[in-house]
Amino acid sequence: MRGNLDRFVDTFFNATVMLKYLPDILSGVVVTIELALFIVVTGIAAGLALALLRSLGIRPLNWLIIGIVDLFRSLPPLVVIVLIYFGLPSVDLSPSGFVSTWLSLALVLMAFSEEIFWAGITSVAKGQWEAARSTGLSFGQTLMNVVLPQAFRLTIPPLTNRTIAITKGTALGTVVAVTEILGQASSAMSNSYNPSPLMMGAAAYVVLFFPVVVAARWVETKFAWKR
Amino acid sequence: MIQTFFNPEIIAASWPIVMAGLRNTVLLSLLVVPLGLIGGLILALLASVKNPALRWPLMAWVDFFRAFPPLVLLILLFAGLPFAGLELGGFVCVAVAFFLNTGAYYGEILRAGIDSVPAGQVEAARSTGLSRLQAMAYVVLPQAVRNVLPDLLSNTLEVVKLTSLGSVVAVPELLYQARQAQSITYNPTPIVVAAIVYFLMLWPVVRLLSRLENRAFAGR
Repeated sequence: MRGNLDRFVDTFFNATVMLKYLPDILSGVVVTIELALFIVVTGIAAGLALALLRSLGIRPLNWLIIGIVDLFRSLPPLVVIVLIYFGLPSVDLSPSGFVSTWLSLALVLMAFSEEIFWAGITSVAKGQWEAARSTGLSFGQTLMNVVLPQAFRLTIPPLTNRTIAITKGTALGTVVAVTEILGQASSAMSNSYNPSPLMMGAAAYVVLFFPVVVAARWVETKFAWKR
Repeated sequence: MIQTFFNPEIIAASWPIVMAGLRNTVLLSLLVVPLGLIGGLILALLASVKNPALRWPLMAWVDFFRAFPPLVLLILLFAGLPFAGLELGGFVCVAVAFFLNTGAYYGEILRAGIDSVPAGQVEAARSTGLSRLQAMAYVVLPQAVRNVLPDLLSNTLEVVKLTSLGSVVAVPELLYQARQAQSITYNPTPIVVAAIVYFLMLWPVVRLLSRLENRAFAGR
């Protein structure tokens, strides 16, 4: 029994191997954080921009926005990544794995956040628009000072959930050779023929994302819609 | 452009390969969606016991899988377990990973659904002589499921999309087959075809969800 446990620890939590590959995993952590920040900032900004454009109510433009949003809500993120990474080189554009993953996941987050922002904007009663406009506020002022503050409150719980789910997708970058955590852990595992780096990588994800999930739970209860 | 991305000859040549992939994606979804629902139901029923000794470990379990990327879980099972002398194969790994990962998501949704049913319903059901289990099965769950139907549908859409991860562990689903065809033909057309197939298959669900979500928000 003792021997079995020792062998298990020696295989999955081998101190020598872990120490050797720790720098690789840490550099993976840096890449994952960079990628995640790029995706969150550009994806949500683009989603908000599309939702604001949609509130202008220009018919053909709205159809285009709905089409784009529906497209990126129906395609699996991994399919988008593969399409951009393996497809674009055929037209002499060769985005790196990092750029492909960033672009793909930002587009997916854009689609989901546009939908959430738009639902938030439409949830504000029409009377509020009319009341604000009749007091002399411009369209932009009404949007900024009356509608968006109320819409944001409603959008925060679904938005945080979706953002976490999509940001976790940075692990998909491994498929197109991004040297993020999973990529580093996998190659360290095949170099050392030992699964300890993979265990380290898994632990790194938990350390990175678990606090975010707990914080999201807190935000969810704080912004929960109470009647 | 058309020769590169919509090459008719390559579409014709890769069609059987891609269609075999579509069949496997449908079969895989028919397996992993019920698996995830069963996992979620177990979690939600355990959470409905309202025992603090159960509540915290359950919450930690759900939060763990919300934090843990499904691909990492899959690789852990597929490439890590063989070192412990356990080789499960790609297909079983996908099934186990989905049971754990999507089970946590379904569990959270179903728990919210059960919480949304007023306590008076259970009390009334119990006072008519139904057992605790009967009250849950016949009174609470049907209402709970109806209350969170949009969320359940939305998660199911995500689960079907997530089956594309199977391609990483050589499960011959739609994306895997398309990539095989792409590497044989040196042309991205099969992947474009696969993307179109995914879109046509899932677009109606996205449209429906978009309506349901807007209605739910507007009703507040």
